[in-house]
Amino acid sequence: MARLTIEGIAPDGAISLEPLRRTLTNPTTWIATAHSLVTAVGGTFLAVAIGGGVAVIVSLTDIRGRDAFVFFFVMPLLLAPQVVALAWLQLFSPSSPLLKLVGAAPLLGARNPLYSAMGIIIVLGVQYAPLSYLMLRAALRALPRELIEAGRSGGASPLTVVRTIVIPLMTPPVLAAIALCFVSCLGNFGIPALLGIPANYVVLPTLIYQRLSGFGHTVLPDVAVLSLLIGSIAVIGIVAQDALLRTRDFRITTATSTARAFELRRWRVPVEIALWALLVVVLAMPLLALALTALVPSAGVALTAHSATLENFRFVLFEHAAARRAFGNSFTLAAAAAIMIVGVAIPLAYFLVWRRSRLLRFVNVITEIPYAVPGVVLAIAAILLFVKPIPIIGISIYNTVWIILFCYLARFLVLGLRPVVSGYHQLDRTLEEASQIAGARLARRLRTIILPLIAPTAAAGALLIFLTAFNELTLSALLWSSGSETLGVVFFSFQQGGDSTYAAALGVLTVGVSIALMVSTLLLAGRLPSGVLPWRD
Amino acid sequence: MARLTIEGLRKLYGEFRALDDVTLAVDNGEFLALLGASGCGKTTLLRQIAGFDRPDAGRILIGDRVVSTPERHVPPEQRHIGIVFQSYALWPHMTVAQNVAYGLDVVGIKDPERARRVDAALALVDLAGFGDRRPALLSGGQRQRVALARCLVTEPSLVLLDEPLANLDVHLRASMEEEFARFHERTATTMIYITHDQAEAMALADRIAVMDKGRILQVATPSELYREPIDETVARFIGEGMIVPFDDAVADGSGHCMANVLGHRVRLRHAAGTTPPVASRACVRESALRVVDAAASGVSARVTAVIYQGGHFRVEAIADAAPNEPLHLDVREPASIRAGDRVQLGIDDGWVLPLPDASLQSGKIRR
Repeated sequence: MARLTIEGIAPDGAISLEPLRRTLTNPTTWIATAHSLVTAVGGTFLAVAIGGGVAVIVSLTDIRGRDAFVFFFVMPLLLAPQVVALAWLQLFSPSSPLLKLVGAAPLLGARNPLYSAMGIIIVLGVQYAPLSYLMLRAALRALPRELIEAGRSGGASPLTVVRTIVIPLMTPPVLAAIALCFVSCLGNFGIPALLGIPANYVVLPTLIYQRLSGFGHTVLPDVAVLSLLIGSIAVIGIVAQDALLRTRDFRITTATSTARAFELRRWRVPVEIALWALLVVVLAMPLLALALTALVPSAGVALTAHSATLENFRFVLFEHAAARRAFGNSFTLAAAAAIMIVGVAIPLAYFLVWRRSRLLRFVNVITEIPYAVPGVVLAIAAILLFVKPIPIIGISIYNTVWIILFCYLARFLVLGLRPVVSGYHQLDRTLEEASQIAGARLARRLRTIILPLIAPTAAAGALLIFLTAFNELTLSALLWSSGSETLGVVFFSFQQGGDSTYAAALGVLTVGVSIALMVSTLLLAGRLPSGVLPWRD
Repeated sequence: MARLTIEGLRKLYGEFRALDDVTLAVDNGEFLALLGASGCGKTTLLRQIAGFDRPDAGRILIGDRVVSTPERHVPPEQRHIGIVFQSYALWPHMTVAQNVAYGLDVVGIKDPERARRVDAALALVDLAGFGDRRPALLSGGQRQRVALARCLVTEPSLVLLDEPLANLDVHLRASMEEEFARFHERTATTMIYITHDQAEAMALADRIAVMDKGRILQVATPSELYREPIDETVARFIGEGMIVPFDDAVADGSGHCMANVLGHRVRLRHAAGTTPPVASRACVRESALRVVDAAASGVSARVTAVIYQGGHFRVEAIADAAPNEPLHLDVREPASIRAGDRVQLGIDDGWVLPLPDASLQSGKIRR
């Protein structure tokens, strides 16, 4: 961040307010900022409304099929945002095979309605609804049943209880969910890139991308200012949430059994139908549209049993060199990030949880920062840091795959650290003390006692990192170079070049990998502390 | 096997003195119980001895080796001690034999020596043949014994037992108590047994150290502790002693004195070799109280409650001369006493509490 500030006000070592002035007086900056705020606020509102409603229903009522529902509902979060955006585009495109089936497709030649601010807001909202759901579900899990029962025995109806007891008590997690969704929406690149750029609707991350890919290094000071701007908006959001929380005391005094209080009775079946209908609309239909697009020979051709082809898959898997490389790159990068982060997280969490020290608590806060600030900010900071060769060793990692790996490690460390930390909290410390008393030194204790006990949790954390990194675009869009393309980058360039059938085929393949990995973890599920796998209730 | 010496140990948590000038010497091969209510500092002391925590002042020696001072700290893994944890802390991912063998693996002892010692340790706790099982499949008492075998297989110089019976049911406790006692006899290891249960401490220990508010109040054999408590706190904590005022004491030079207790002449014991104060306070046990004829000399009192306890009644009464110190005694069945009755109580025995200032002052001088 310091590097960013310096580049922003003093490029080439001399203090100059020129980039700052140039950027801040450019009307495009303010248009993009306004667009960013509109889409982020709208997307956040939608995400928290959907996620919060679902969290209340899943936590407090007696609906059936909870586990299956949660698995599918959380899924969009683990799919690539740009793939989800393309899926939605295909669903509403004039050539949409799905809408054609029901005869509701827009007229040929009409503009796709999703190429707009509203389109960005809808897809952002769908993408991040699971994020707010996860935060609120965790909070509702900790809500004592007695508080609700006390309200009901006082004569309040279920809806009154939700309004007068549940919602007021949920204020802190709701605010936290709003802040997190806001920061995520603000920093998202894939969705406004796919939906906004064709409509010339530019937000800050896409503005940074366009500047940097259009003008190269000469605009580094300007994009540094832009990324500081987006970073400040994110920080203001988080600070505002913190300030709001201080105004009242929300502490819950009792803590006992989890609430699951309300019987829906005759409303149960309608509510269940509504929930699954939501899944069909936000997940199944877009993904189906994506899959159907991947089967047509080229965009616009009607899909029939006769025209369906696997040619697109063959092309991206075997023919297109960059796509083939990208599979290797993304796979290696995601696996390397997952393994390295977990390798660091296990000893780091040991010291964080079991050896309290001020320095380590500071480290803990530090690891949260790269995840809280938007990805573009981190990417620009990394470019500035590495654009010149690293001092002393004199090796330049800029324009190589290593700079991407560096950013993955910084950004996703906290994703691996959180589950491992919660795993330590649920581990009985005396197990380690017993081995210490038996004479085992730290390295041996970590290897023989702690590693076997923490391994399932760590594996889940590694998987979370792998899925996120595998589907990532924001960082690599700014950092890639020829030879170090990621799947996200290739997907994006297919789509920008108009080859949406190839993009769809690639998207279907990544979605398939993600879902396969999510399903495979369910085998581990019994050995994990609760709350580690987001897709498991 | 080794002596444990603790000198002037202090541990602060902010302003709170978790350990306040603790001094304690445990002899080679001794079984010492550390007794106190929860929050008295006994677990803090155990963590200091084990080395999980550092003191703010004072030092700890195991044998002749200084293991803890504020500056020098030998880590737990180098102290060569054993602990039986309250939760047993058996490693769930290892079999019973692997759990027991762990300490041997650490120091690089290989089969067949390793297997021989593991078998011997399991046999010692009557678990021969259980080596291949997982801890999760064992009963509470069996887990307890695995924990014991695990801590003994390395022949530690000192064994710490942290409320090892707290998680067992009453029935199992009695048999485990016997097991510990037998075990101590066979191995002659120095043992420190932490507990809040005085019956457990009395049954097992050679000596008991009573702790309260971070300080050790008294270290003595169970019988001494019961008969000659050092102050009011110990007297009340151990066996629910009653404290009564006395005056007009006349010593007879043989460790006894005749004194006026609640208007009744009673023969009291006092610390040998000292002159008892003329007037002070004494500890009286319920076994020294009995109901006498209304006509006989005694303490007149009013009965406030009669509680049936199976075979006998616990009678609670207030003496006219000391309304703030309720008395209680056991009366065998059948008895015709009811709440509200007036009774005469005879006192057979009492112990003159050493002057409270004396111990306090000596503490101050040492500091």
